[in-house]
Amino acid sequence: MSDAKADSGTMIELQAVHKWYGDFHVLKDINLQVGKGEKVVVCGPSGSGKSTMIRCINRLEEHQQGRIVVAGIELNADLKNIDAVRREVGMVFQQFNLFPHLTVLQNLTLAPIWVRKLPKKEAEETARYYLERVRIPDQADKYPGQLSGGQQQRVAIARSLCMKPEIMLFDEPTSALDPEMIKEVLDVMVSLAEEGMTMVCVTHEMGFARTVADMMVFMDRGEVIERAPPKDFFANPKSDRTRAFLSQIIAH
Amino acid sequence: MADIAHDVPIAAEAPPPRSTGALGWLKANLFSSLTNTILTLLCIALLVVAIPPVVRWALIDAIWHAPNGQACHGDGACWAFIGEKFRFILFGFFPVAETWRPVVVVGIFLLMIVAACDRRMWGRRLGILWLIGLCAVFALMRGGFAGMGKVETAMWSGLPLTLILAIVGMLFGFPLGVLLALGRRSRLPAVRTICIGYIELIRGVPLITLLFMASLMLPLFLPAGVTIDKLVRAQVAFILFAGAYLAEVVRGGLQAIPRGQIEAADALGLSYFQRTRLIVLPQALAMVIPPLVNTFIGIFKDTALVIIISLFDLLTTAETALTDGAWQGFYVEAYVFIGVIYWSFCFFMSRYSQLLEREFNRGRRR
Repeated sequence: MSDAKADSGTMIELQAVHKWYGDFHVLKDINLQVGKGEKVVVCGPSGSGKSTMIRCINRLEEHQQGRIVVAGIELNADLKNIDAVRREVGMVFQQFNLFPHLTVLQNLTLAPIWVRKLPKKEAEETARYYLERVRIPDQADKYPGQLSGGQQQRVAIARSLCMKPEIMLFDEPTSALDPEMIKEVLDVMVSLAEEGMTMVCVTHEMGFARTVADMMVFMDRGEVIERAPPKDFFANPKSDRTRAFLSQIIAH
Repeated sequence: MADIAHDVPIAAEAPPPRSTGALGWLKANLFSSLTNTILTLLCIALLVVAIPPVVRWALIDAIWHAPNGQACHGDGACWAFIGEKFRFILFGFFPVAETWRPVVVVGIFLLMIVAACDRRMWGRRLGILWLIGLCAVFALMRGGFAGMGKVETAMWSGLPLTLILAIVGMLFGFPLGVLLALGRRSRLPAVRTICIGYIELIRGVPLITLLFMASLMLPLFLPAGVTIDKLVRAQVAFILFAGAYLAEVVRGGLQAIPRGQIEAADALGLSYFQRTRLIVLPQALAMVIPPLVNTFIGIFKDTALVIIISLFDLLTTAETALTDGAWQGFYVEAYVFIGVIYWSFCFFMSRYSQLLEREFNRGRRR
């Protein structure tokens, strides 16, 4: 990591993080530092623990060993800390997870009204602003079920942004989308990255990774195998496993 | 090879007409095959055999006015019996001079129900309206002020009693059921164990047993001199009973909520209560409307069991009316009469649930 980034402050820090599902050791000694404004792309074969890792950052999964500090707050058993972290961290899921019983606008204003205690009017203004940003201002009164997958994912991104988070986590945001909709979601993510949002993305979109990432992280079987800037990562991967993985997903 | 690429898109056209008039409909739906033709003819024959006698009994040969029971026995129904016993069946032992009070009570209930049907009323306003309505119901039935004589709960009977037991039972049983269902899925072992124990205990016992316990055994455990009104005891038994059944219905809905919904709510920073109230329950309850209403209808009709602790609900007042020596043997008329009343309420609940389903599933057409 360059000195300039270290100066601007560390937003996410994982130190020697371990996690087990029963007897299965799913995360092994994970160390990761993400500076303010830095974009990290995590890739790896399925079952490598990348989703579990990213879900530990907002405590959707609990780590059993090690230390996780997010936006200066340590994630431990203290529920206040967990709530504080979740307020600062937005998350976008593979399956969108929009609330189907609420309109798009209600999906966007729910958390600002109930968690941030914003007045409804202000929350709606913010919501409309972000709908504009993700390029679907005219869908505010529809229900999620009436939108296409790409539109739903963009609403999900807007929903997270309405909380004005410091950090955005993306857990395979385009994996459930039809091919022709992937670009519209990636475009939104790229513009978000260009504005300096701190981002951690689990994705296999290597084109996106090349354009946006400051740092590539490759995981396999619960370990971080390789960590490098994208140029080095794609041009000369150091590990055999990384090379094998890259050849599989880029070959065709 | 012929090439099929063309740049001009095919314009959309209207679909072909669906049917060709009444005759076409008949042919397509009733006489489309030999089996269907036979079934259609059989049904028509059945209707021809069944309907005329019923109409003759209920309307043509029916006796509408008669001085007493003897003069009323004929080939048709004796609606004069209902005319004679109408007030007693509906309002039972409530003092005759004060009949206006239970009439108003039934009116208040109907008004509250109608108000609850209006989507625009939902929210705090409806809650306040219901609170005022229930207080008014209690005040009117009880009396003892403003020149209204005091009427003991033992005299409350007929339709008002049935409505009070059923509606108050549902009103309190429903939130109890929701809490029990949430408790049963709690991560705290103590809460979970208590909820499971409660649900299994109450569900494992017939309602009659609960009513007996409330009526006969509970007083034994109370200190001497302390009495709890019998109606209150029965009402509490109903609420406890309804709660256990509704809990299991609600749990079905809770289990159907995808994990991702809860994760999304958590990731946004919603607390457990916010998540449950804003995300989980609205979806879970909308999903279980049909079995919920099924349970409500069951509870409504179960009120008839209070006869065994000698409370006079609608069914019991009707049966009491049948014991009048001057008007004997009009069972069918009495049961048809109260049957129609029970059916109206249950049918209404069923229709209302369909409206609710449409209302809640707007966003979900897939």
